[in-house]
Amino acid sequence: MSNAHAANKSVLWDWLTTVDHKKIGILYLVSGGFFFLVGGLEAVLIRIQLMNPEMTFLTGNLYNQVLTMHGTTMIFLAAMPIIFGFMNAVVPLQIGARDVAFPFVNSLGFWLFFFGGILLNLSWFLGGAPDAGWTAYAPLSTTSTGHGVDFYVLGLQIAGAGTLMGGINFLVTIINMRAPGMTFMRMPLFTWTAFVTSGLILFAFPALTIGLFLLMFERVFEANFFDANMGGNAIIWEHIFWIFGHPEVYILILPAFGIISEVVATFSRKRLFGYSAMVFATVLIGFLGFMVWAHHMFTVGLGPVANSIFAVATMAIAIPTGVKIFNWVFTMWGGKIRFTTANLFSVGFIPTFVMGGVTGVMLAVAPADYQYHDSYFVVAHFHYVIVGGLILGLFSGLYYWYPRMFGLMLNEALGKWNFWTFFIGFHLTFFPQHFLGLMGMPRRYFTYPEEFGLGSLNFISTIGAVFMTVGTIIFIINVVVTHAKGKKVSGDPWDGRTLEWAIPNPTPHYNFLQTPLVRGLDALWIEKMAGNKKMTPAEPVGDIHMPNNSVLPLFMSIGFFIAGFGFIYYSSAGAPALIAIIVGLGIGLACMFLRSWIDDHGHHLHKEDLLKEDKGVDA
Amino acid sequence: MDVGERLTDQNFPESPEKATLEGKNKFLGFWLFLGGETVLFATLFGTYLGLRNSFGKGPEASEIFQLPMVFAATIILLTSSLTSVYAVLALKENRVKQMRRWFFITLLLGLSFLGLEIYEFVEYVHEGHTFTSGAFGSAFYTLVGFHGGHVLFGCLWITALLVRNSGRGLTLYNAPKYYLFALYWHFVDVVWVFIFTVVYLMGKVG
Repeated sequence: MSNAHAANKSVLWDWLTTVDHKKIGILYLVSGGFFFLVGGLEAVLIRIQLMNPEMTFLTGNLYNQVLTMHGTTMIFLAAMPIIFGFMNAVVPLQIGARDVAFPFVNSLGFWLFFFGGILLNLSWFLGGAPDAGWTAYAPLSTTSTGHGVDFYVLGLQIAGAGTLMGGINFLVTIINMRAPGMTFMRMPLFTWTAFVTSGLILFAFPALTIGLFLLMFERVFEANFFDANMGGNAIIWEHIFWIFGHPEVYILILPAFGIISEVVATFSRKRLFGYSAMVFATVLIGFLGFMVWAHHMFTVGLGPVANSIFAVATMAIAIPTGVKIFNWVFTMWGGKIRFTTANLFSVGFIPTFVMGGVTGVMLAVAPADYQYHDSYFVVAHFHYVIVGGLILGLFSGLYYWYPRMFGLMLNEALGKWNFWTFFIGFHLTFFPQHFLGLMGMPRRYFTYPEEFGLGSLNFISTIGAVFMTVGTIIFIINVVVTHAKGKKVSGDPWDGRTLEWAIPNPTPHYNFLQTPLVRGLDALWIEKMAGNKKMTPAEPVGDIHMPNNSVLPLFMSIGFFIAGFGFIYYSSAGAPALIAIIVGLGIGLACMFLRSWIDDHGHHLHKEDLLKEDKGVDA
Repeated sequence: MDVGERLTDQNFPESPEKATLEGKNKFLGFWLFLGGETVLFATLFGTYLGLRNSFGKGPEASEIFQLPMVFAATIILLTSSLTSVYAVLALKENRVKQMRRWFFITLLLGLSFLGLEIYEFVEYVHEGHTFTSGAFGSAFYTLVGFHGGHVLFGCLWITALLVRNSGRGLTLYNAPKYYLFALYWHFVDVVWVFIFTVVYLMGKVG
């Protein structure tokens, strides 16, 4: 019934109103991918400016804007959404659920992120982008002229609200929606990392919410939180930002750990080595991640006791991380390894991430940090963990789950070109930056004099960036080629181990005709080893309850987007901005009210239709 | 049974707010949301504690705080928590009329609290304690104002619920909605207890 119903409406309308986690996953992936390209372009502009000493390609304030937007875009608008894309596409399938716990909220989370990202990037066309760095330290951010930082504040506020909702949604999904037999210690590791990451989002993002509110009040309504002349204290911003900001880096890297764990196990044809140690390490990293924020502030002058405590806590994180590294290596040990593109990215990830981890421990040594602080050594470190860690992980996940998300197999030959150009380019770009930092090159400066002797390493770094660009372009070509003439694949192209490979391709929109019965870790593999072609069902075929599509999330997000504009221009435009605020918040609240007012019981798919449809798929 | 169907005393489940998967999800999701809200207010409290003696151009806290009025506001809000408990007790026994009456009283108490708070703010502004008079002023109005905003949102929420469900009995669909409001209201109350202690009592004697 509902299929016929959906077919009457346009495809566009369907995507704008969808509450299906698989479609929302694709929306996240595509928008995150778009912002990744924007952020990548900004990175290339930075590398062109730094290619030679005393370049004038991109100087002064414009350089600050590009640099700020590169960091902000990559973290909030590229990495986070792509992670949410995978969580949406994979987690409900891995736990044997038909959707997430709150499909409506899921859609709302996406649209808030999307309009927040658009709002932030519109700053380029409306008088200049934010220029105070992605960390927006006060008083630089509070005294920055123009509306750039206002775009940063409101854009991130709206996008951040969406992220927080996503976090709550996945926590409830994983706790409440697991199939029969899917105990916590049988959950695939990607689901575990998604779970811990969601917990970190829940407890870290509200701090950012408040930080952004304080910054907004300071800039728009003349509050005095950070202004020392009025008794304020700029260090408060640093604390609030890093209380959010440090858990944020674990929010980013943990799902990558999850992806690597899935890929390495699948392509080694072995059960993940030390599963329970992996789970424990994940939880421990998440826990310790909240106790290390001040290692970003060693040079602030918090005193030797505080610095020592935070230094030790930071070094302690290396232990669970080391556990993970060894477990991946031992998973491969004695395995029947296939070097598919997905696995290449995973195997490339391991030594790269170790290097980022080693510089991390170096930076954790507080006295030594006085030398490294704010130098290119730090830049090299966090690009090793975020690009060499997270982005390699995301590429791995893309090649691995592409058949599940789109029903098509990415081209393996192009994939290998993608890997090698990107991987070599990455090391070429960022390895020299360690030495640039030790030679004294500060981060965020737009140029350097010739006689400092920083030219040749910077030039090598820029060549590396060209290679990374080529790698990314090869990936885009791969996507185009795949969708133009890619071959359709079965539901289980990799000989998978977990539940997401137990369903046909394309994935039915109700996911599982019958909820599967889970009999252990690597649920599908257990059935395969027992000689079963399919999962054992936990229920007879029956009517399936599904949520209704809704356009309210889109309108609600547009409302907050309009209000965001109002707040941005309130300090200079006055009355028209106030109207935008009232109208925008009015639309947002009205949508919330309508959501509460209109009874929405979802709909049922009937057993007979389901059986007919299922036969069609098998034939 | 359909989730929109009016519950009778015969088929009334033990916990109507958690009798469906949707209800269970909402229940857990809302508890988690309150966990996030705790961090939100903790950040505000932290900021306030860092700035509470930086008066700038404004008057000092001990000069302006009027404990009797704040005490009255506290009693009103705590009482509204009690009335929402009575409402939830009625909800659990399918006594719809009583439940709605207790929620209505909760709403009235919430509105009185808001009235007192607005009156208090207006007084402070007259005495030179404003949002821009110093770091203390900014931190005070942000923390207390965020709480007031939560009370206002709660009042709008319960109003919408009461109007929408007037003449309708309890169902498995609306029971979780009532229940979640009560959870929210308790949370807002607990935050006020901390505000009363950290802002007003410590401002007077600390």
